[in-house]
Amino acid sequence: MKPTSSLPVSRRNFLKTTGCLTIGFPLLSSCWSATGEVPVQEDLPGSLRAYPKINAWLEVLDDGKVRVLTGKLELGQGIRTAVAQMAAEELYMEMDQVEVVVAETGRTPNEGYTAGSASVENSAIAVRYAAAAAREKLLALAAEKLSANPAQLQLKNGVVMEGNQQLTFAEILEGRQIEDEVRMPVRLKPKKEYRWVGKAVHRPDIETMIRGEQVYVQDLRFPGMVHARVVHPPAYEATLVKFEEEAVKEAVPDVLKVVANGSFLGVIAADEYQAIRAAEALRKQAQWSTPTALPSETSLQEHLQALPVTSEQVEDKGNTAPSDKGTTVKATYFKPYIMHGAIGPSCAVALYDNGKLDIWSHSQGVYPLREAIQKMLGLAIEQIHIKGVPGSGCYGHNGADDAAAEAALLAMAYPGKHVRLQWSREDEHGWEPYGSAMQMAMEAQLDAAGKIQHWRCTLWSDSHSTRPGGDPGNLVTAHYLEKPFPRQSAGYLGGGYRNSQPYYSIPNLRIDAHFFEGPLRVSSLRSLGAYANIFAIESFMDELAEKAGKDPLTFRLDHQEDPRAIAVIRKLQEMTKDQKTADHEGMGYAFSRYKNEDSYCAVAALVAVDTQNGGVRVKNMWAAIDAGEVINLDGIKNQTEGGMIQSASWTLKEEVQFDKQHVSSLDWNSYPMLRFSEVPSVEVAVIARPEEPPVGAGEAAQGPSSAAIANAVYRACGKRVRQLPIKPEKLI
Amino acid sequence: MKQSVTLNVNGQKHTITADPATPLLYILRNQLALNGPKYGCGLGQCGSCMVLVDGKATPSCLIPASSVQRNTIITLEGLVQKDGTLHPVQQAFVEEQTPQCGYCQNGMVISAVALLQENQDPEEEDIRQSLQPNLCRCGTQTRVIKAIRRAAASMNP
Repeated sequence: MKPTSSLPVSRRNFLKTTGCLTIGFPLLSSCWSATGEVPVQEDLPGSLRAYPKINAWLEVLDDGKVRVLTGKLELGQGIRTAVAQMAAEELYMEMDQVEVVVAETGRTPNEGYTAGSASVENSAIAVRYAAAAAREKLLALAAEKLSANPAQLQLKNGVVMEGNQQLTFAEILEGRQIEDEVRMPVRLKPKKEYRWVGKAVHRPDIETMIRGEQVYVQDLRFPGMVHARVVHPPAYEATLVKFEEEAVKEAVPDVLKVVANGSFLGVIAADEYQAIRAAEALRKQAQWSTPTALPSETSLQEHLQALPVTSEQVEDKGNTAPSDKGTTVKATYFKPYIMHGAIGPSCAVALYDNGKLDIWSHSQGVYPLREAIQKMLGLAIEQIHIKGVPGSGCYGHNGADDAAAEAALLAMAYPGKHVRLQWSREDEHGWEPYGSAMQMAMEAQLDAAGKIQHWRCTLWSDSHSTRPGGDPGNLVTAHYLEKPFPRQSAGYLGGGYRNSQPYYSIPNLRIDAHFFEGPLRVSSLRSLGAYANIFAIESFMDELAEKAGKDPLTFRLDHQEDPRAIAVIRKLQEMTKDQKTADHEGMGYAFSRYKNEDSYCAVAALVAVDTQNGGVRVKNMWAAIDAGEVINLDGIKNQTEGGMIQSASWTLKEEVQFDKQHVSSLDWNSYPMLRFSEVPSVEVAVIARPEEPPVGAGEAAQGPSSAAIANAVYRACGKRVRQLPIKPEKLI
Repeated sequence: MKQSVTLNVNGQKHTITADPATPLLYILRNQLALNGPKYGCGLGQCGSCMVLVDGKATPSCLIPASSVQRNTIITLEGLVQKDGTLHPVQQAFVEEQTPQCGYCQNGMVISAVALLQENQDPEEEDIRQSLQPNLCRCGTQTRVIKAIRRAAASMNP
């Protein structure tokens, strides 16, 4: 344990007038400036730009503890702990002296979506600077109150001490909060004094989960709360022809209300099981028309290829005209639709009372959801309050927002009671927006020395974000209302070419993206297009290495100049150097830098292939990751371990199936994922870079994991699988 | 059609009035206000809703509550001792920082407790086989295995 930090503070007069928040470099005490850790940036970092006031991020409580407010939601990624670490560090407090409030409209900053591995970069960094600025202000005020020489002040566990006098933060503020704006530069705690940041700090919420305490939106209970289920249409394009409310009430007498609005159907009962029965009864007798059929007769890849597209040139560097010298290699890769597949289907609670609508939701963006629901319902924005409550891990845009919108519709139809809507497994599997199918056509030219001279990638994808973003047309239910809201746009297309540019030194490069509108509903799934693009790039790198007669890792290093990239690849080599492979086993490797500007991650996989039945067992996976400055060491490890396992499941098993009516992957038998007997043992090494900005780690491993497995399968059995998933029938 | 159902849950008898066909899960969560068992699929495919029925890890989403009135039911909450001390398996899950989102962990802990009652020192393969009914989407399985081995070591030093 480090000794108690005593915080040197100087220039009392200066503190008195400016509160220490605007200390310029020339005024710094030698002790601080000597650390060399004062940031030189002048712009406010992260989400402070939109919310510069300290009390937007941090409140001092009556007992002297602090409350941190983040606009991000805890999704299992540990953001609650990461922001608490930042505050505890800068305020010289214990972790249990910091509580955290997550995304809530009207309460926390509006930080958009909890997505894209950006929570640490934006929210945790904002909390770091707000807490540091708060500390300076608190010390300045304490010096005044104690008539003390600021240089003599000590700060420990939320108490400012001078001799035998002491003040808690609450006593310093006397019921006020710090409303000053953070102004750069802000003096940060020297990193060498860190107690929490960079360490494997335990997540306090884990024990509450393991005890079975109330954690999730699914666990909320209110007096008089009623239960709802929805009956989704049998197909995307279906419309409700008729249903008999009386027949449902006859079958299930406890039904409180059947709610119908256009083709939206729901039931409410006091008892959850009666709501389930009523929904079943309703489903049985409701009649629908389903005019448009899904293209289940042709192969998905062929169908998507024939769709009209809008196109975008992503990259055009050097001379991309084909040359007649060198060896040209071509290969086309494909990734099907895959689903988020939250273990707990979406859920929401809503209460409409006295013209006010309260919603509890595990949405990744409570503010944009509020705007979309407000427009859908025709309410004023101030009539709606949404509180973010953790749900089951979502891995992107799943049914959370839709369930919240549906709970709102039901609550409006049944005012005065908390209405809890729980989606069924079939609702979640059949109605969530999937990760788009993608095709990547690669072409490259090697010179005589085995170096890549030309690289060309043409990719096809649907949208990778149709989040509500304030548009009710992106709430699935809004399409079915009596007054429907059509989708306004295809959403964020850039996700399709995320990581389509290989992170290697290649002189001539051309990337083109073609966007289609496919048959299934799609949106953001963890890492967006990066998973498919890296699968293609890193599989292709192995194919090229073989053509060049090079070892796959040497070939990658031959095309790599970034020392951090080289370091993770070398680390991975070191981690796996003693691995031996038996017959029909193979080691595969892959590397990427997420978004080409965030975490570096190199992954290895050891697989065994049963050459009789084509079965693949991924026995072990290893990752070396550099996510810049480490905030929570164990958080990065856990995210990376999970990223490899989740990706192994996508890569080996997952493919959303549909028939001419609708999605037919409606449970865990028709959409299998890896089970315990099939899950690889995983190991992660983290390269800490305290001098670099911290970046998200939750989406770094998925892409390289897929290619590492495909490359290992090739080594094990000589079959190059370019169409995911790597199912047994492709190997025999 | 409602009737009186008596259940022995976490060492206490509870008599409630319910449709006797109601799956145990909904009684535990809604009538007894327990959070441990979670709704995951309602099909017995994922293990999120598991409880110990006479010591055996059992999905609670399909069995009618009225069919387990003579059995002893323990939920995740019931593993915690009266003084708040965690069961060694729960303690090991905390020490290994096993969960990410945590939604599936109820079933993992319940399956692990059942396994360790039958096999005090399970090999990795035994653990994998025993937890085959339990799905985790975050990918915490390697940590679950470590936690169970840690628990086994602490229970049988």
